Amino acid sequence: MDPRVLDAMLPYFNSKFGNAASRNHPFGWVAEEAVDYAREQVAKLIGANEKEIIFTSGATESDNLAIKGVFEMYKDKGNHIITCTTEHKAVLDTCKHLEKLGARVTYLQVQEDGLIDLKLLEASITSETILVTIMYGNNEIGVIQPVRAIADLAHKHGALFFTDATQAVGKIPVNVINDGIDLMAFSAHKMYGPKGVGALYVRRKNPRVKVTAQMDGGGHERGMRSGTLNVPGIVGFGKACELCRLEMDEEATRLSALRDKLQASLLQLEESYVNGNPAHRLPHVANISFKYVEGEGLMMAMKDLAVSSGSACTSASLEPSYVLKSLGLSDDLAHSSIRFGLGRFTTEEEVDFAIAQTKQAVTHLRDLSPLWEMFKEGIDLDKVEWVEH
Amino acid sequence: MAYSDKVIDHYTHPRNVGTLDKSKSNVGTGLVGAPECGDVMRLQIEVDANNVITDAKFKTFGCGSAIASSSLATEWLKGKNIDDAMKIDNMDIVEELSLPPVKIHCSVLAEDAIKAAINDYRVKNGMEVLEVAKVHH
Repeated sequence: MDPRVLDAMLPYFNSKFGNAASRNHPFGWVAEEAVDYAREQVAKLIGANEKEIIFTSGATESDNLAIKGVFEMYKDKGNHIITCTTEHKAVLDTCKHLEKLGARVTYLQVQEDGLIDLKLLEASITSETILVTIMYGNNEIGVIQPVRAIADLAHKHGALFFTDATQAVGKIPVNVINDGIDLMAFSAHKMYGPKGVGALYVRRKNPRVKVTAQMDGGGHERGMRSGTLNVPGIVGFGKACELCRLEMDEEATRLSALRDKLQASLLQLEESYVNGNPAHRLPHVANISFKYVEGEGLMMAMKDLAVSSGSACTSASLEPSYVLKSLGLSDDLAHSSIRFGLGRFTTEEEVDFAIAQTKQAVTHLRDLSPLWEMFKEGIDLDKVEWVEH
Repeated sequence: MAYSDKVIDHYTHPRNVGTLDKSKSNVGTGLVGAPECGDVMRLQIEVDANNVITDAKFKTFGCGSAIASSSLATEWLKGKNIDDAMKIDNMDIVEELSLPPVKIHCSVLAEDAIKAAINDYRVKNGMEVLEVAKVHH
């Protein structure tokens, strides 16, 4: 979290402890004003009106509210939802849940570079389609979808467009008007704000979009999300949005230069590949496969770095990343992939350190790898009869 | 996930990494696992005329626990005769390395690799193949 965000939040834990919904005493007014101000800060970052911002506990809740809320509100119009296979689980699992309740869901395959095939999307839309939900930027590979084109296709056929923009908001310019977005989920902690607070943008005009509340109670947030507001969290979220709005351009330039340096250096290693479209990509993400090296083993060597593995080997299931598999990567290559994430506080020295440490680790692990030895001997690994266990 | 000190030690300073000449009649090779499962172990033993293991080498593609399990196995194999080596149980590896439950399969793989290497040696030298069937955890 950005220390400036913490400074903004702290008074709301002690001296300004009021409940924003308490309208009959000054403590409540102070809290309400703070929430209103934060709502303006959040709205301004994405080109929205503050009345279009619903505060939630985070992007997962926002995803649930958007998809379930639209399904319930528009069920007389149709029951078809279109999404894609590389979405976050908060979207995919919500869609799966709705299938049990009568929704028909199309999970579009993405192209090899992670981008949506717009022709395939249009061909999938029917008169029953009420919602197209495609993420703005992917969390694992950083690929940025052609959001405006997707929105136009949805609107052309009378469907709404929802995007989970958790990875994009605050990192690249996102404008709900220019991008044609009807609903959008995002979260504070991905933009150096506190954990446990997020928002759903719900368009109020052209057209006015409605969602059925998924949390019933006191009618907070224009009746769309009841529950006492997390005032310090919301204040922090607002501050985080303001900082992003002011500093994002410079930060994106700096981070993409560092990311490109990291990537170019690591691609000097033999048999290493970038996953996802290299041009349409968030500035701070690089997902790289190092063939014949297992991702979790590699991560262990890079314990000082903020990386994660495409391989979820830490779970008993040994399932490699479904996002990478959706791009058509084989299981073994998906197991050999690492996601590098850079951030506001990443320095060039740290990137240089990451490059050196990664190169050393890959070389060390390849020296240990029977697959690397076999590859070097010219053995076709696809033809080996492996003894699975 | 937190790794035990012993896993980190084997991972950072793996013992007996390398390759023995698998064409030699006194070398047994076990290759187990599969790339798509995220781990492959190759364990090799060199055995003398008295059926005592004089050298052991490994190479492993896998997580830190898989590397540590196979590294430890090579240490344990050296100096043992092949009958005693056959008795190495995966749970001994689990205990020595303090592997958490999700990493037990790494030790199973190491045990499988030991047995596959011994059986390879046995076949090459006209001995019967020993049953390796076992209920794995």
